[in-house]
Amino acid sequence: METILRIDNIEKYYGNKSSLTKAIDNISFEVEKGEFVSIMGASGSGKTTLLNCISTLDKVTSGRIFVGGYDITGLKGNKLNKFRREELGFIFQDFNLLDTLTAYENIALALSIQNVKAGEIDRRVKKVANELGIYEVLNKYPYQMSGGQKQRVASARAIITNPKLILADEPTGALDSKSSRMLLESFNYLNAELEATILMVTHDAFTASYADRVIFIKDGKIFNEINKGDNTRKEFFDKIIDVVTLLGGDLNNAL
Amino acid sequence: MLFKISVKNIRKSFKDYAVYFFTLILGVAVFYVFNAIDSQTVMLDVRKNVYDIIKLMNEMLSGVSVFVSCVLGFLIIYASRFLIKRRNKEFGIYLTLGMSKRKISAILFFETLLIGIVSLVVGLLLGTVLSQFMSILVANLFDADMTKFKFTFSSKACVKTLLYFTIMYLLVMVFNVVNISRCKLIDLLNAGKKTEKVKMKNPVICTIVFVIGVGILSYAYWMVTAGFSNMDMADKIIIPIAMGCVATFLIFWSLSGLLIKIFTSIKSVYYKGVNSFVLRQFCSKINTTVFSTTIICLMLFITISVLSAALSMKNSMSSDFKKMCPVDIQFTKISYEALKEAYATADKDSDDYEKTTKILEDSKLSISDTLKNNGFDVDEYLKNMTEYSVYQTGLEEMDTLGILADEICEKYPMVSFLSSVNFMKLSDYNKIATLYGNETYSLGDNEYLIVANFKTVADIRNMALKAGTKIDINGKTYSPKYQECKDGFIELASQHINDGIFIVPDDALTDSQLYKCGMTADYKADSKEEKYDIENKLDDISKNIFNQTSYLSYNSKIDLAEASVGLGALVTFIALYLGIIFLISSAAILALKELSDSADNRERYGMIRKIGVDEKMINMALFKQIGIFFAFPLLLAIIHSVFGIKFINLILQTMGMSSMLASVGITFVFLVVIYGGYFIITYLCSKSIIRP
Repeated sequence: METILRIDNIEKYYGNKSSLTKAIDNISFEVEKGEFVSIMGASGSGKTTLLNCISTLDKVTSGRIFVGGYDITGLKGNKLNKFRREELGFIFQDFNLLDTLTAYENIALALSIQNVKAGEIDRRVKKVANELGIYEVLNKYPYQMSGGQKQRVASARAIITNPKLILADEPTGALDSKSSRMLLESFNYLNAELEATILMVTHDAFTASYADRVIFIKDGKIFNEINKGDNTRKEFFDKIIDVVTLLGGDLNNAL
Repeated sequence: MLFKISVKNIRKSFKDYAVYFFTLILGVAVFYVFNAIDSQTVMLDVRKNVYDIIKLMNEMLSGVSVFVSCVLGFLIIYASRFLIKRRNKEFGIYLTLGMSKRKISAILFFETLLIGIVSLVVGLLLGTVLSQFMSILVANLFDADMTKFKFTFSSKACVKTLLYFTIMYLLVMVFNVVNISRCKLIDLLNAGKKTEKVKMKNPVICTIVFVIGVGILSYAYWMVTAGFSNMDMADKIIIPIAMGCVATFLIFWSLSGLLIKIFTSIKSVYYKGVNSFVLRQFCSKINTTVFSTTIICLMLFITISVLSAALSMKNSMSSDFKKMCPVDIQFTKISYEALKEAYATADKDSDDYEKTTKILEDSKLSISDTLKNNGFDVDEYLKNMTEYSVYQTGLEEMDTLGILADEICEKYPMVSFLSSVNFMKLSDYNKIATLYGNETYSLGDNEYLIVANFKTVADIRNMALKAGTKIDINGKTYSPKYQECKDGFIELASQHINDGIFIVPDDALTDSQLYKCGMTADYKADSKEEKYDIENKLDDISKNIFNQTSYLSYNSKIDLAEASVGLGALVTFIALYLGIIFLISSAAILALKELSDSADNRERYGMIRKIGVDEKMINMALFKQIGIFFAFPLLLAIIHSVFGIKFINLILQTMGMSSMLASVGITFVFLVVIYGGYFIITYLCSKSIIRP
């Protein structure tokens, strides 16, 4: 299988010599094409920093990150933007939709900045909107939509450019449980039917249980990693809860 | 402690304050400069007449200052409201920490105080420097001696500036206190979080409103240009102005909906790069600022029109001045024949009787004799003396219109046709015309012609001449030699105001119809100083005898030049003053509006940066967004001005003014420097705000 993301001994330090914080302390892992990987950890464990480094919003202190076999840690300026524009799709906790644009225009923007023709844009926006069940809200503004709809619009915007990798940062963080489930099912659909590779950061075990694989991070290090394998989602959820308990327990012991 | 917070706040948010600060300094400086003109010019060596003009100018400018201070006061309050709004969250934090509203008001008080003091000091310094240039400009205009010039500081203007601006700042403080005391904590804390509701207007309604707006505007334009002849009453101009204001509002109200409608249908443009984002940004902005955009547009319109008109007035006044005043001086005196009838019935017992007889006696004398009698040696001071006579036969203007009289009276209700017609003998006129360098004429035995250069009246007369209207003088009938008025004049003037003199063969008029004697002459003087000496002597004499012992009056080249330059300068200074203040105010409001939304913008631009838009494209988008926001009111104002200037041209033409191409050019230089300057500052500030 093709490796989409390879993370090679990355480290990220904050602060100076006198008070050094290791946000990421020597992490390595790989994500294959078509995988749905979840990264779990408590607040301050370094999972968002990790995501920011992969999405090139932040720079690593050492180590390398390969996307599609291409080292992205050395990218600068407009090449960085081009990479972000063409290879990555983003889904954020707070949606990050432009409030002045309609859902349609928000999705279309991701394509128009790649100079895709208007006719092509129209075809692809309608297709993805159909797949994600947001066709009816295409002409609405963000303030007229529910949280779940907004997040699915954001997902549509992330997937429409056919990125190599979709990065989702706490996508269910601002949603109620019903909307969360709908969104995650959409993720599964994207993953299964469109072969999208998804890397999702979350602290919620239920959300994580929709992934194929969960990587646990604690204090900037990989703590554990479990595969869904042939388990049902329910069984996988229980396994995740076990690790979370262990994580939490360990934390309690340390105190 | 509170004071410390204030200082830190200002330093921290200096970027946001920069435009506000800059505007205040400019406002103070301009205010000072235009109020210091009279103190500045005291130093200049000018004739008393000129000083009187400058004094009058100063009085008018200080009247305008009251209006200007209202505009500036409004601007400052408006601006400070923006700045407070931006800081809602900060105040929210103070309140949650347990600070009382009184203390927050105190912080704001210190801030206003600090900004006020600094802006006043810097503005006054700048104003003092600029006012030196102003003195040079005034000196140049009035041809004054610059040798006595030295650096001056007007304490009067300084005190006035301080007073006016202190009142404005006090108002701001009161306003701030009221504002703070009405705030609710929860609103303050949530101020940053509120999701903006993008109210989209119905595109169909927008299109209809837009069409109505354009329709009203076109009709208003038509009224002031093609329909100009219907504008016979001064108050009728109110109608197109009101229509223009309403139409401007309607256009800005409907603009966003219309633009969205148009551009979303041109998909290849709308979905190209970040165009959709830029357009929506602009539309959401203009949607929330319809009213202020309208005001700004109208202020720009006034600025452009007034500046262009005023500057061209000055130009055309000085341009053909030499042609209009070919001799140094011209005396006129009402004749004995014209006066004796009126005085024959005068009451012999009245107090004025002695005066009346004196004047009557004097009117029998020639102009030279009158001057000599009053101690002015004509032969010593004057040369090239040429006399002429003007006659009146009792014929009224109405009679010269012939069969067209009724029609013309109806069409031009504001012109009176009841005054007596002035006649001149052909030989007399040709004598003066040769002296002035004007064209001379010849007439047949029963022909007449009219010389006039006041365009409106000449046009009326031309109608009658074309119809071949005959006139009767002393029982003989004369017909027009030409079908139109000929260009020419007798009396010195700084403008084309000769509304018509009838030239007839020498034998048509009798001596008893003599109305006015005239005499033109040049000064026997080589230098400017000598000419001024003669002028001053005549000035003194004229003051003593006019209306006392004689009806002798005079027009002199120097006098007319000073009055003309004075009027030009007066108009120019007032226009400049208002123009600059209006420009600063409107540009500042636009800039502050744009910057006050920078927090929202920062978030939005951050989003498009995250989805991978290039920095260059982001800057371009920001540039376009601010550019369009600045350009639209200006664009409509320019269209307004095209018609406004056309209208002013029509009015000025009736007064004999020339075209205004050069002055429009100068106006646009002002516009580009001030408005463009604000645009660039806004762009740079916004760019640094949205930088990650």
